[in-house]
Amino acid sequence: MSAEATAINMAARASIWLKPHRIVLILIALALVLCAAFFMRWEWLPQYWQMGLMGIWRTLWILAVTCALGFALAVPLGLAQASGPIWFSAPAKAFCTIIRGTPLLLQLWLLYYGLGSVFPQYPWIRESWLWPYLRQAWPYAVVALTFSFAGYEGEVMRGAFAGVPRGQLEAARAFGMSRWKIFRRIWLPQAFYRALPTLTGETVLQLKSTPLVATISVIDIFAVSSKVRQDTYLTYEPLLLLALIYMTITGILVFVFSRIEARIPVKIG
Amino acid sequence: MELLSPVAPGWGGTLLVGLLHSIEIAVGATCLGLMIGTAGAFGKLYGGPVTRDLLAVYTTIVRAVPELVLILLLYYAGTDLINQVLTAMGYSRVDISGLAAGIFVLGFVQGAYSTEVIRGAILAIPQGQIEAARAYGMPPGLMLRRITLPAMLPFAIPGLANLWLIATKDTALLAVVGFFELTLATRQAAGVTKAYLLFYLAAGALYLALTLFSNLIIGRVEVWSRRGMPSVKEAR
Repeated sequence: MSAEATAINMAARASIWLKPHRIVLILIALALVLCAAFFMRWEWLPQYWQMGLMGIWRTLWILAVTCALGFALAVPLGLAQASGPIWFSAPAKAFCTIIRGTPLLLQLWLLYYGLGSVFPQYPWIRESWLWPYLRQAWPYAVVALTFSFAGYEGEVMRGAFAGVPRGQLEAARAFGMSRWKIFRRIWLPQAFYRALPTLTGETVLQLKSTPLVATISVIDIFAVSSKVRQDTYLTYEPLLLLALIYMTITGILVFVFSRIEARIPVKIG
Repeated sequence: MELLSPVAPGWGGTLLVGLLHSIEIAVGATCLGLMIGTAGAFGKLYGGPVTRDLLAVYTTIVRAVPELVLILLLYYAGTDLINQVLTAMGYSRVDISGLAAGIFVLGFVQGAYSTEVIRGAILAIPQGQIEAARAYGMPPGLMLRRITLPAMLPFAIPGLANLWLIATKDTALLAVVGFFELTLATRQAAGVTKAYLLFYLAAGALYLALTLFSNLIIGRVEVWSRRGMPSVKEAR
């Protein structure tokens, strides 16, 4: 009985979604994909797929690390702007303005070429334990992307911290909670719930910024596709596959975040 | 410091020419994006089912793929396509100027974002205003010009201003395909003089100045577009 009901339900849902013009559009799309699969050249795939997987892994790794570090940095930035004294809030505001006012590509090149050309002039840096890392490209990529995420998300967190109703914080103080406990139990969780919907968008934007690290010789999935293009003289195939990979990652991210959002309490404030 | 002077031995002039190219591209891309966005928003709201689905595919794909990948794809595909059409029609191949290609590519990307912004702004117009215009028997073109566009402006300005700021920063991505704008000019100047930090900081200051100046203008425009509307501040 219930199986029958769900079957009818699914059929109803499908009939809403699958209108005649949609079926035609889907068939055209399928035909385009099949044309691409048959008439374009894909024989380079077996040779490069291992490299491609490494590239995807590196892209995801950079995305995860920079989002986590960037968010950790965004919390104090937002807090300083929302309720800090002027000698905290002014530098935080200046940091966010500078990061949001200049292109990420320029920030990346400033760190990699600019700082990278200054560091070797100081012998004590070259002798320190950090030097083996500073000679590689990925620390600069991680720092630049982290700052970028923190700059944009810091602004969001400022609004989220300021949006928590005063009554909540006053009630917590009336309970005799210490300042740290108020922050940890009341202020941060409520601000985080407020910021969560924008966090999805920011994470997708961050994913879309990761290919820039290929310009400073970090081998992510974008750099792999550039290498395929150089090796095989093919223009479209690697780029189309690359676009498909990014769309898949975006879809997965949006799905995961929507599941997380569905789990948090809807009623806030 | 004399490296930054605008006359011959210094590279300041090169940077300023680059900045000018960046602004040209950003203005062109924003205008093209606004045209695509207005048409797209109307298509999404009032178009037939096929138009709506195709526009949904356009905005979803453009917003899910990194700008850098789209720029490469459209830059090569666009110039290649035009040349193939020209050769098929019996004309000789032409070199597409970097400026036109850059404006087309960034405008195509901006169009997807502004479609969503303008669609939201049109939906925010009180329904009665559009119904009143229809009741007066206004033809659609007149209604668009007199009612819909002016009424949606205060709702659309914040989103469109954001898109303008994104456009000025996205011009930097064209440096990767070799178009001469501020970031590429900086890279060349820094590469020749080896004063990397100085030139990147100078270019950053130029971009920041452009953003802050734009913010000033945007604030004015926002006040102007909200004229006659009740103040938001008093409502709190």
